[in-house]
Amino acid sequence: MIPAQFDYLAPTTVEEALAALAEHGDDAKILAGGQSLLPVLRMRLNAPEVVIDLGKIPELRGVRDDGDHLVIGAMTRHADVLRDPMVAEHAALLQRAVTHLADEQIRHRGTFGGALAHADPAGDVGAPALALGCEMVIAGRDGTRTVGADDFFVDLFETAVGEDEILTAVRVPKHTGWGAHYEKFVRVAHQWPIVAVAAAVRVEGGTIAEARVGLTNMGSTPLRARAVEDALRGQPATEDAVREAASRATEGTNPPSDLNGDSDYRSHLATVLTRRAVLAAAGG
Amino acid sequence: MTRISLTVDGARVADDVEPRMLLVQYLRERLGKTGTVIGCDTSNCGACTVHLDGESVKSCNVLAVQADGCEVTTIEGLAQDGELHPVQEAFRECHGLQCGFCTPGMVMQSVALLKENPQPSEEEIRLGLEGNLCRCTGYHNIVRAVQHAAGVSTGSTSEEQEQGVTA
Repeated sequence: MIPAQFDYLAPTTVEEALAALAEHGDDAKILAGGQSLLPVLRMRLNAPEVVIDLGKIPELRGVRDDGDHLVIGAMTRHADVLRDPMVAEHAALLQRAVTHLADEQIRHRGTFGGALAHADPAGDVGAPALALGCEMVIAGRDGTRTVGADDFFVDLFETAVGEDEILTAVRVPKHTGWGAHYEKFVRVAHQWPIVAVAAAVRVEGGTIAEARVGLTNMGSTPLRARAVEDALRGQPATEDAVREAASRATEGTNPPSDLNGDSDYRSHLATVLTRRAVLAAAGG
Repeated sequence: MTRISLTVDGARVADDVEPRMLLVQYLRERLGKTGTVIGCDTSNCGACTVHLDGESVKSCNVLAVQADGCEVTTIEGLAQDGELHPVQEAFRECHGLQCGFCTPGMVMQSVALLKENPQPSEEEIRLGLEGNLCRCTGYHNIVRAVQHAAGVSTGSTSEEQEQGVTA
């Protein structure tokens, strides 16, 4: 299977990429790492007239320290997020989530920003980005704006990035010293998670001082399990207390039913995986 | 048509290609490198794995134009001067194949895996080969072949292991 014909543009700056988007509008599609887009093009589920490849824009790559944030360029590959010592120290949850994302070949090509902008509710990066309160830096012809993760994911495969805009970077608030765990449930290798839970926890003297919990594939977007976060605050980091809080994981969710499991099954998984993820993050 | 120039198995090549041409098509149809096979066509099976600037990728999931300026190594570029690569040797030694269709991708991913982690545990090997499917389900011998290659290419002393890492 090969994609339908398209014109190929490979701008070398964000300005050039934005100009190309403005010129071609609806007919254009942005290519990041291509690990989700190319299968779509090959199966001809989408046939853009123009493909704008961001792969030759160096400023979109890499991780840098910016005070109380890390800034991850949108075109930073999963493999580079995984290896980055600053991510490991200040945003361990992202590292945990990317560790088992797809497979090694795909992590060598797929990008952090590309996966976020694709906004597959079963993707592995949305829930941890939401849990950590990441801010998405979006460039348009009129300048740059920043959108919080809570407002970034709009619907199934839909984000706050407009048709004439590009996600250029992600600002990740540092969670230095927080425990982190991503608990992913799959039945076969390199599958999208049926359900997964991203948890970051700050424990002080055996008590959960703060917790952030994100859910993968429990609705049309990644979701934040705020009821669980609230219930965990001030509780001892014990199995019983975490189990009680995790029982609220399904509040505000709308899990899909598909061949991998029906909605009730996913709801059950979410409570079990939340308990496991929080306990692992709390070091228990 | 878009002009691309790249290095494939050590040779410089330049061509005009349609932007929609996949890297695997380019390798097979333009360069005649049919050692790299197309398995699933959906980026699941890993049979088409090659190295792009030293890292494993699924060549059915990369456009040829994206490889412009890059260095590509295929299964055909592993053997040097008629000598099989240690990983190829290990697959032969351990009978790490049944029908052989997944083998080019398995070997390329195993080489990449050992480059990043020269002494992997069995679990690390299985996770590292997660993106490569063997329809014969010959995984046990494939894993043994990677373990064998790790032993052969890194030796048994820590000094030799260090040499193996940089070799």
